[in-house]
Amino acid sequence: MIELGKYAGTVLAAYGVSLALLLGVIWQSVAANARARRALEAQEKNG
Amino acid sequence: MSIWEYANPVKFMRTSGAILPWAVAGAALCTVGGLVWGFLTPEDYKQGSTVKIVFIHVPAAMMAINIWVMMLVASLTWLIRRHHVSALAAKAAAPVGAVMTLIALATGAIWGQPMWGTWWEWDPRLTSFLILFLFYVGYIALWSAVEDPDSAADLTGWLCLVGSVFALLSRYAVLFWNQGLHQGASLSVAEGERMSAVYRYPLYLSMLGFFLLFLALLLIRTRTEIRRRRLAALQAREARA
Amino acid sequence: MIALLLRDLTLATRAGGGFGLGLAFFLILCTLVPFGVGPQGGTLALIAPGILWVGALLACLLSLDRIFALDHEDGSLDLLATAPIPLEGVVAIKAAAHWLTTGLPLVVAAPLFGLLLHLPATATPWLVLSMLIGTPALSMLGAFGAAITVGLRRGGLLLSLLVLPLYIPTLIFGAEVIRRGAEGGSTVTPLAFLAGITAAVLALMPFAAAAALRVNLR
Repeated sequence: MIELGKYAGTVLAAYGVSLALLLGVIWQSVAANARARRALEAQEKNG
Repeated sequence: MSIWEYANPVKFMRTSGAILPWAVAGAALCTVGGLVWGFLTPEDYKQGSTVKIVFIHVPAAMMAINIWVMMLVASLTWLIRRHHVSALAAKAAAPVGAVMTLIALATGAIWGQPMWGTWWEWDPRLTSFLILFLFYVGYIALWSAVEDPDSAADLTGWLCLVGSVFALLSRYAVLFWNQGLHQGASLSVAEGERMSAVYRYPLYLSMLGFFLLFLALLLIRTRTEIRRRRLAALQAREARA
Repeated sequence: MIALLLRDLTLATRAGGGFGLGLAFFLILCTLVPFGVGPQGGTLALIAPGILWVGALLACLLSLDRIFALDHEDGSLDLLATAPIPLEGVVAIKAAAHWLTTGLPLVVAAPLFGLLLHLPATATPWLVLSMLIGTPALSMLGAFGAAITVGLRRGGLLLSLLVLPLYIPTLIFGAEVIRRGAEGGSTVTPLAFLAGITAAVLALMPFAAAAALRVNLR
């Protein structure tokens, strides 16, 4: 295990916050894209 | 064969669909690789282990500015040549840019707390990033407020143009107003001012990773916007029939 | 063009035109600040330049949506767009009318508000001068924001979100002029920057505002 010293909380918080934000925007992008694709496919099948 | 062929939505969908897996794979590899490598770097003699934050902070800050520049170019392309894909790409990029700005601000605050003894300082660099974030928020809000898509593209394009000038102006105006605590450029060309190679190479990898991550997200989000636009067009046609 | 200016001025000064509201808002703001920070003269004098400029920005912001909204509602904006004078000219005139009805009263009344906030007497001329030079830029930038949001429902909140960041450079240099004036330092540099921003804004923003207006009138 890698030693973080007395700033362990700081480093982990920075990585945690950043990864949470990045994963949030990635998840939102992928989910919105899947939703749009499904809606478009449904529309094209009907139309 | 000209670059403008990619302004055709069908062509864009085909090409971006082919590029996307590579962009995703590259983004995952470089971002994870860069961050893990960065995490394993030795402690700095002054900053201790907080030096590891730089591998997120600097790439995010770099992308925050570059994404705005990309939005400016895309907005100009839309305003001048009226390519819809260009306007949609600018719209798709904005939330990613806002998140990058937020990450740069958050990591900076978390790092500043033990290092400068304060979460926030009205330092020129910090302040101009806060201003940049405000411009992102205004831009995104304007996109969602205007109903007609072409008008929205036009208005946000003009806002991006004016906002760029004022973001740059504010960047230098705040220099006048307060001298900074923030260290200078992390990646200077001059030998001796540069950070040591131990930190530099993981940082390069991480920057490449963030760039590819943005590229992948941009392609995905632009594809989403094109699909939504097509869906709206189909629905309008059906309503007419 | 002069007829248009006079028309806008008459409309603004007539009952319900909102003339003086900005001033009253400014007065209230200057009354509220001492309640918030305490009545000590020293503290107030220290923050007075900032409060006065922020107050001016907000007072200016209050009446921005009126620049185009009323004319848009009753259709006279469409008439103006097809009129022989260029739309850029219309925008400039409307911004000028806005400045004459909100900016200029603020400039004239600013020394009084400075007194309320214990601004040192040496700084008062600089206060008036910086406001005189800076507020036209506020009106012109506001006209751009108003042109962008003219067709929108709930445009008011968005307008302030879009316009206030554009006010930052003017605010920085405007307040700096007063601060340096109060300390007896040299005010040439911030004044030159302030004037430069105003000149550039007055020269360029009518085109951006007219372009945005054309989009909204399509």
